[in-house]
Amino acid sequence: MIRFVGISKTYPSGNIALKDINLSIADGEFVFLIGSSGAGKTTLLRLLDRELAPTSGHVYIDDVNISSLSKNRVYEFRRKMGFVFQDFKLLSDRTAAENIGVVLEIMGRNRGEIEKKVKETLQFVGLTDKMDYFPVQLSLGEQQRVAIARAIIGGAKILLTDEPTGNLDPKTSWEILKIISDINKSGTTVIMATHNADIVNSMRKRVITLKKGEVIKDEKKSRYG
Amino acid sequence: MTSSVSFFKRIRRTPYQALAAIFMIFVTLLVTGVFIVLALGSSSLISYFESKPQLTVFFKDEKDKESIDSLTQKLKNTQKVSTVQFISKEQALEVYKEQNKNDPLLLEMVTAEILPASLEISATSPEYLSELNDMVKKEPGVDDVVFQKDVVDTLITWTTILRKVGIVFIIFLLVATLFILLTTIGMKIALRKEEIEVLNLIGASNWYIRKPFIKEGLVYGLGGSIGASLVITLFLLYFEPFAQSFLRGIPDLTLFKLNEVTVSIWPPNMYFYILIWAVIMISGMVIGLLGSSIALSRYLKD
Repeated sequence: MIRFVGISKTYPSGNIALKDINLSIADGEFVFLIGSSGAGKTTLLRLLDRELAPTSGHVYIDDVNISSLSKNRVYEFRRKMGFVFQDFKLLSDRTAAENIGVVLEIMGRNRGEIEKKVKETLQFVGLTDKMDYFPVQLSLGEQQRVAIARAIIGGAKILLTDEPTGNLDPKTSWEILKIISDINKSGTTVIMATHNADIVNSMRKRVITLKKGEVIKDEKKSRYG
Repeated sequence: MTSSVSFFKRIRRTPYQALAAIFMIFVTLLVTGVFIVLALGSSSLISYFESKPQLTVFFKDEKDKESIDSLTQKLKNTQKVSTVQFISKEQALEVYKEQNKNDPLLLEMVTAEILPASLEISATSPEYLSELNDMVKKEPGVDDVVFQKDVVDTLITWTTILRKVGIVFIIFLLVATLFILLTTIGMKIALRKEEIEVLNLIGASNWYIRKPFIKEGLVYGLGGSIGASLVITLFLLYFEPFAQSFLRGIPDLTLFKLNEVTVSIWPPNMYFYILIWAVIMISGMVIGLLGSSIALSRYLKD
């Protein structure tokens, strides 16, 4: 359960990104965040992983106030979440398998377990044959699959995706969405910030619309716009 | 399959920066090591001379034992000497033989006859030395008086200068080394900014992110210290024969004893080498760690 209680965020430049946001998202929900650029979608996601601290208000995940987490506990908290970005953020000097395995490595898992888990996860995103390729050798869609595999291999309960299809062609976008949808079906909460109207319309999930830092619409089984 | 890019690979990818860092540490440690050896050597030499009879009186051949005995008694009566030791011609030959045992040619040419008898006088305090000197010089049958205070004073002056110059030099080198480490590792941190950001997002601990940079500093430090240890060892081995002729007549100079282990600087024994290596290795690692820690605190804000 994710709760935003009275969240406001003003950047040091004076730019008001979010104004009095109150939201709650249940476990296993699939939520689209839509709104034009600068509406506050990314800020909302960055508050969730504690990259940013709110100017006022609190963010709770499973009743834990994440603003109160001390700096050296944040990394443990982040292991419970997965991230998928528009620009993938893969490590260019590591292979697909290494990019995925690093999540388990930082958790201190042993090599055998990492290898096994990496293979399973690669199979899930359909990249078994490309495990030793470097990001530059992969297509954009394949890179995003690697990023998704990395986001879920650690057993994340929440998947945050920031325009995951923003750089992809329609066909590949659908493939990526299929994978994310499958992850959601297995019980993972998914929050997806997107501009892709087709995807939002076809999925018929909860849609939260932001405008100038405020929630202007929040409907179940909704459509884009 | 391993997920981490080994730091050796990283070092290999920027060999000149790595070499600059390692070389600076090497030079710093080499100079430090040389100064440590010189400082230890000179101070143990000084304490040896200071504990030695500080006045040696050599007698002419005609001087008989009785008048030497009366001189001994006279010296003792002053209350200003701690020990007076008579060295006969025969004993002098023994000492000479011991000093030159590796040189049979020198041994052949010398008999007890041509060596002078002598008195080795230790004063209770250095300030009495010139007084004692004047006293024995007036004695008939005295050939020469060797006054070792002069030797010690010169040695102390030089050692003091050496230490000051050494410390200043080492500080300059240390500062330069830390700056080079700082820029080398700082640059690597900057180059890997995106990777660090990603690692942060996927929940890497601070230590996981810092470890490779700390390791890198440590490897630089170790690389430099291995080189410095090697070169200093070669130095010591190379200069030992020269020191041998220079320090002729000086017995073993022991630095300290620890249970069964005797660390002796002259002649340098195995434990002395181990001590020097250990000092260099530890200094190298400390410099490396210090450099990478400063770089991390400077360039990696969390």
